[in-house]
Amino acid sequence: MSHQTPSSSNSDARSVAEAEDEKLASEHRSYSQGQLVRRRFLAHKPALISMIVLIFVVLLSITSIGFSGQGTGWWSKSFSDTGITVDGGRPTMFNEGLLGEHPFGQDSIGRDYFAMVMRGTQQSLLVALGVAFASTFLGVLVGALAGYFRGWIEAVLMRITDVVIVVPLLALAAVFGAYAQNLPGGTLTLALALGLATWTGTARLVRAEILSLREKEYVSAAVAMGAHPARIILKHMLPNSIGVIVVNATFAIAAAILLETTLSYLGFGVQPPETSLGALIQNNQNAFTTRPWLFWFPGLFIIAIALSVNFIGDGLRDAIDPRQKRTGASRPGWRTAFGLLGKTTAEERANRPVTELSGGPSQQQMPAGMTDRGPDLGHGPTEEKRDS
Amino acid sequence: MSEPVLSYQDIRVTFATEFGEVDAVKGVSFDVMPGEVVAVVGESGSGKSVTSSTAMGLLPENATVQGEVLLQGRSVLNMSTAERRKLRGAEISMVFQEPMTALNPVLRVSDQLIEALQVHDIAFGRAALEKSIELLERVGIPEARTRIRQYPHQFSGGQRQRIVIAMAIACGPKVIIADEPTTALDVTVQAEILDLLRELKDELNTGILLITHNMGVVADMADRVVVMLNGEVVETGPVAKILGHPEHPYTRRLLAAMPLLREAGDASLGSPRVSVSEPSRSAGEPTHDSVAPALQAKDVALEYSFRRRSTRVVHDLNFTVQPGEIMGLVGESGSGKSTVAKAVLGLLDVAEGELLVRGENMPELPAKQKKALKREIGVVFQDPAASLDPRFPIGDIITEPMVVHKVGDKNSRNARARELLEAVRLPESVLNRYPHELSGGQRQRISIARALTLDPTLLIADEPTSALDVSVQAAVLELFSELQQQYGFACLFVSHDLAVVDSLAHKVLVMQNGRTVEQGSTDEVLRHARQPYTQRLLAAAPVPDPATQARRRAERQRLLSVPQ
Repeated sequence: MSHQTPSSSNSDARSVAEAEDEKLASEHRSYSQGQLVRRRFLAHKPALISMIVLIFVVLLSITSIGFSGQGTGWWSKSFSDTGITVDGGRPTMFNEGLLGEHPFGQDSIGRDYFAMVMRGTQQSLLVALGVAFASTFLGVLVGALAGYFRGWIEAVLMRITDVVIVVPLLALAAVFGAYAQNLPGGTLTLALALGLATWTGTARLVRAEILSLREKEYVSAAVAMGAHPARIILKHMLPNSIGVIVVNATFAIAAAILLETTLSYLGFGVQPPETSLGALIQNNQNAFTTRPWLFWFPGLFIIAIALSVNFIGDGLRDAIDPRQKRTGASRPGWRTAFGLLGKTTAEERANRPVTELSGGPSQQQMPAGMTDRGPDLGHGPTEEKRDS
Repeated sequence: MSEPVLSYQDIRVTFATEFGEVDAVKGVSFDVMPGEVVAVVGESGSGKSVTSSTAMGLLPENATVQGEVLLQGRSVLNMSTAERRKLRGAEISMVFQEPMTALNPVLRVSDQLIEALQVHDIAFGRAALEKSIELLERVGIPEARTRIRQYPHQFSGGQRQRIVIAMAIACGPKVIIADEPTTALDVTVQAEILDLLRELKDELNTGILLITHNMGVVADMADRVVVMLNGEVVETGPVAKILGHPEHPYTRRLLAAMPLLREAGDASLGSPRVSVSEPSRSAGEPTHDSVAPALQAKDVALEYSFRRRSTRVVHDLNFTVQPGEIMGLVGESGSGKSTVAKAVLGLLDVAEGELLVRGENMPELPAKQKKALKREIGVVFQDPAASLDPRFPIGDIITEPMVVHKVGDKNSRNARARELLEAVRLPESVLNRYPHELSGGQRQRISIARALTLDPTLLIADEPTSALDVSVQAAVLELFSELQQQYGFACLFVSHDLAVVDSLAHKVLVMQNGRTVEQGSTDEVLRHARQPYTQRLLAAAPVPDPATQARRRAERQRLLSVPQ
């Protein structure tokens, strides 16, 4: 081990305690929490690229047709104006110059499909983020309160959760969706209403996480200190369950896009003339064999959004968790993310000397089950546990 | 000279990890003779467990082993998997540290013992059952014939370890590798298990390779000792020589670090070994009412409730801790000592009686006053890995009590954190580090620093050193007593280790099954114990000196034979 050599060679007589202290003192670099999170996130390549892709999609959809969707951006066509269908509505991208008249083509009544996809992207992102935010907020609130206070609070909250789970999601979402149609606020109201139907999974997972964190000694220490329950939940428990929450929120985003699609089909989602990516696919599913571009363009945007959000979630989880110390070559690249990293690469990586990207020698991390001098076979004296 | 049963020759173990090669063991050689106990001692990461595992072929996939392991002259490393499997259990067997996990909880004890016999063609069916009962009787399980039908959870920890030993000797192995066999057990149970191992060894002429970090166990059991450090053997020799006249400085330090239970007539008696402030002069302490004791329990009873049924675990507890005084609370597993600590911390409601902190009955106070009173209490828990929030940088951990009680501003909090880090002798740079970047001992010092942030008058230490290596433990204890002198806090020190309590505490309370057995000054209780339970507890704690330990063992036998 490279980081031990300076101390171990002349430390025969020294106690372990002194050797450890010396090692600690010799490592000078230290970063604040914010710096660490930023460094780790930026070093997570898939997350970084996904972030760029997502920002690009968001900017594209907003700047092209503007917030109103009436062609107020650099793309002058409105998503709702009909026109004459040219050349069967075929895309003009790369055929007539770079973009042409209708880069993504036109639909059957001659609306510009690029403007429609952009509008759909705006609406779908709004729904996805709104649902993710609402369901995560509600789920975390219910789960944390139930897990922390136990007793009758838990009983009441979890029974409510059970009732919500028992009702089929689609039926519930349809009711909330139909109700939201009569409220002002349009798509955002719909998103928040859908959040009311999808928070249960998060609530149960967060509750389970909080239940296990409750038994941790650092939580006991905070209770013994006299800390308020709100502080314990917000400062100690939720940050430690951030992995579960972030992963769930990213799944919620992808699920929300699909849920909204289904609802639009049933007539309870985004209503025409307003449109969304899901609605576009839904409306044009019959055209798949004849005019496939009507299917592909919104589909591509859904995939791009869902994938990039998932990778960003991955990167955030790794970055926020200080126990994750993957650096240099061991950081996940694209091939690792897709599970394509072969055996030879792994071996090559194992032979390569450790590259130090974000920190001193202390940043090296043993694989699970290893102490820094060998495998942790689970019976060293540090494993000793007495009753407590 | 007979042939060694187990021989390690220049063993080197390397682990291929994501970060390159890790040399865990760097050229280790020693032999185990028939009927001999060889103890391998060392601290965490010394490679003692890895070395012994090479004989069983139990190392993980990524390990490369060089050198030679000879079991009765046959090389183990060159064997095929099938050959080696035959060997395991029959020629060489293992006793693990954790009896709770070494037995399969869903199989009856009979099934597990019979399996061991049938796999190696020793006996089958009814004969195997009979043999299993014999084995259980041999290791001292009462009513073996009926109890063999029970499941592991129906046995106590010590009995489970006996069953594991029964499985280990089932096929009459030539060598038993005992990896920390008594570390998870109470001292009195530890003494019994060691007695059993000693008897079995003499009877079966088995060689025992004993891996341990406890020098007392070494003195009690071993014939020869191998001291390991960082994957190398630093010293090896007969037990009397290693423990009596150690040559290598590391061995000397290891022995010096081991806390000792002093006997009556010890020269260093009269003053606690590591000096602690006298309770009378708790100077520098801003006590408004110096008369009120820091902590007082009056007829306290504590209960755990589960599904509306409550189990009383502590009965009629009475004690007083004066300001600046350290009281040791000792007892074995299940004695209720940690429960008392929990109650003082407000983590458990008091079922009966009064718990007075600085003269005020804490459980009865309104929430606001209770919180104010909690400022006066600091806490250090057992597990350094679990007691610090992994998401908090060290600086935030230390200043958290100030944040909770709204003391000071950002600058003064930071200054306090630096001051405390200096007090626990850690560099300032750790302020921005996270707990996982520190070692166990360092984390425990952070824990102590956090406990002292608000200058508490009372510190609750729940087994603060029992998860640490001896030398680290010594450093932490030394620091602890220094800080106690400096800050003059009173302390309730919960521990199972009488020697640690002896080195720190002014007075001691011994608990058994939730009841007070004996309390008084450290000298009274630990050197002139009146109660038979305390005497047995004292006699069971092994000391790192073979001669003394042999004498103590005899004494313990005498104590046990006295009818109670």
